[in-house]
Amino acid sequence: MPKAAPPTGPPDPPPPADKTPPAFVASLQSAIAGSVTHVSYWVGDWTIVVPATQILNIARHLRDAPDAAFDLCSDVTATDWPPRGTGRFDVVYSLYSTRHRHRIRVKTIVGEHQPLPSVTSVWPAANWLEREIYDMFGVNFAGHPDRRRILMPEDWQGFPQRKDYPLEGPGELLMENPLDWLKLRQAKEEAEIE
Amino acid sequence: MSTPTVHHGAMFDTNELVINMGPQHPSTHGVLRVVLRLDGEKVVDADVVIGYLHRGIEKLSENRNWTQIVLLTDRMDYVAAATSNVGYCETVEKLMSLEVPRRARYVRTILCELQRIASHCLWLGTHAMDIGAMTVFLYAFRERELILDLFEEYCGARLTYNSMRIGGLPLEIPPGWDQKVLEFCKIMDAKVDEYEELLTHNRIWLERTKGVGVIDGPEAVAIGLSGPALRGSGVPRDVRKDEPYAAYDEMEFDVPIGTVGDTYDRYLVRIEEFRQSLRIIRQATEGLPEGPIVGKVPRLIKPPAGETYHAIESPKGELGYFIVSDGKSTNPYRFRVRPPSFCNLQALPRLVRGHLVADVVALIGSIDIVLGEVDR
Repeated sequence: MPKAAPPTGPPDPPPPADKTPPAFVASLQSAIAGSVTHVSYWVGDWTIVVPATQILNIARHLRDAPDAAFDLCSDVTATDWPPRGTGRFDVVYSLYSTRHRHRIRVKTIVGEHQPLPSVTSVWPAANWLEREIYDMFGVNFAGHPDRRRILMPEDWQGFPQRKDYPLEGPGELLMENPLDWLKLRQAKEEAEIE
Repeated sequence: MSTPTVHHGAMFDTNELVINMGPQHPSTHGVLRVVLRLDGEKVVDADVVIGYLHRGIEKLSENRNWTQIVLLTDRMDYVAAATSNVGYCETVEKLMSLEVPRRARYVRTILCELQRIASHCLWLGTHAMDIGAMTVFLYAFRERELILDLFEEYCGARLTYNSMRIGGLPLEIPPGWDQKVLEFCKIMDAKVDEYEELLTHNRIWLERTKGVGVIDGPEAVAIGLSGPALRGSGVPRDVRKDEPYAAYDEMEFDVPIGTVGDTYDRYLVRIEEFRQSLRIIRQATEGLPEGPIVGKVPRLIKPPAGETYHAIESPKGELGYFIVSDGKSTNPYRFRVRPPSFCNLQALPRLVRGHLVADVVALIGSIDIVLGEVDR
């Protein structure tokens, strides 16, 4: 029996006929041309899909426009869809407005080595969140002030939460014997002191 | 200030001292490492290093079915495990558009608020002990024991409850449990007054916490704070009021807000949250409706393909779950937790700048972190 094809992305259904997108989506589309490629509505959440190159302008507009006023960046996260080839990562920004009390999810599609502008200059809350995405998925955030790993050790190779990374860990890449770790660390320290 | 201070062999100013508040430290509330750059006793910069408790819960969840993940959510914020369970179950119920019976929503509210009091007891005990008030530690843990006894009677566990299922709860409350909860509320009211008597007007407490770590409202929102840490800066944001879940839309309660945004305000906000939680528990227990404790849930849980983000108010802040389902397998495709402690801890370097080393300890306690949640 042929195996079903692996999923290439969430369905992102368009809104049903009786629901109109919130007003700031239209004002975003008129302010920045070509910003919203798709509007979706699913179980009470509005999502807009935007191109990766425009993300910084869109973020600034969403924070500063008076009808949007998204000042709280709740979450920045990524999903890995390997069957998509180029554009395998979905970077999702969950935003909340403390003034109008509404939410929006902004999604971009980004490839493995494609640089994505960092929104840390717009919302400082995204600093560690983007560091975690870099650590776990390897998304290249351009302009991030602090590009280091956050949860894994600094010298870790590989990006653990990608779908092709094994759950049990890298296996023979991992040194089982603590004496090997010590030797490696001594060699590294000697190389740096010189 | 963006350059990290963890450099091997870097040439740094010899007037500055780089001190490591290592992962093993009695006051860092877990395995947290803070690398401090000091000018004498004043902190010039702090670099927070986390990841010592990273267990890969997000990747593990991609290999567990939807019901098994409830166990993993317990282990993240182990101080307030029932809240993490509720958040996860509510997100999956939102994804499946499941209806939870009213009784289950009320019991969830009671358990969440009991959890809030237990978490704040632990916060108060450890925060006060870090600053030097040892008595409060023992008093707060004595009350936490009462709550843990209630939980043990309900689900058999004291720390990691696994007390929620998708669609409701697995267990009916034992007979007489609601009377015990009301008795606990009576005891706790007097105890909160006791804590206030020990600390609120205490000269040493005021000296140590007033003016320490001041952050104003807009900056707190921008840096990603949430929960009592944000409300201490005057921002009236509470998920229970803004986007009600469980039975909070039927409960009457107030949300305490601070003014200045220093450690003392965050302390006052949490003390008042004790009282408001007791108010909610009383309302929910006295008005507990009859009915089923679990809704109509299919035997094998398979949410339709799609993704959603749902947030609840955990004692630490906004706990959000972003779950992606591909509609076909029995495991989630992507399970992401937005941990409040992780996002609150980002603010530590900003809060600590210019203060003394002793204030670093007070601020770590004031932000109220649980490393299990920060690292997952």
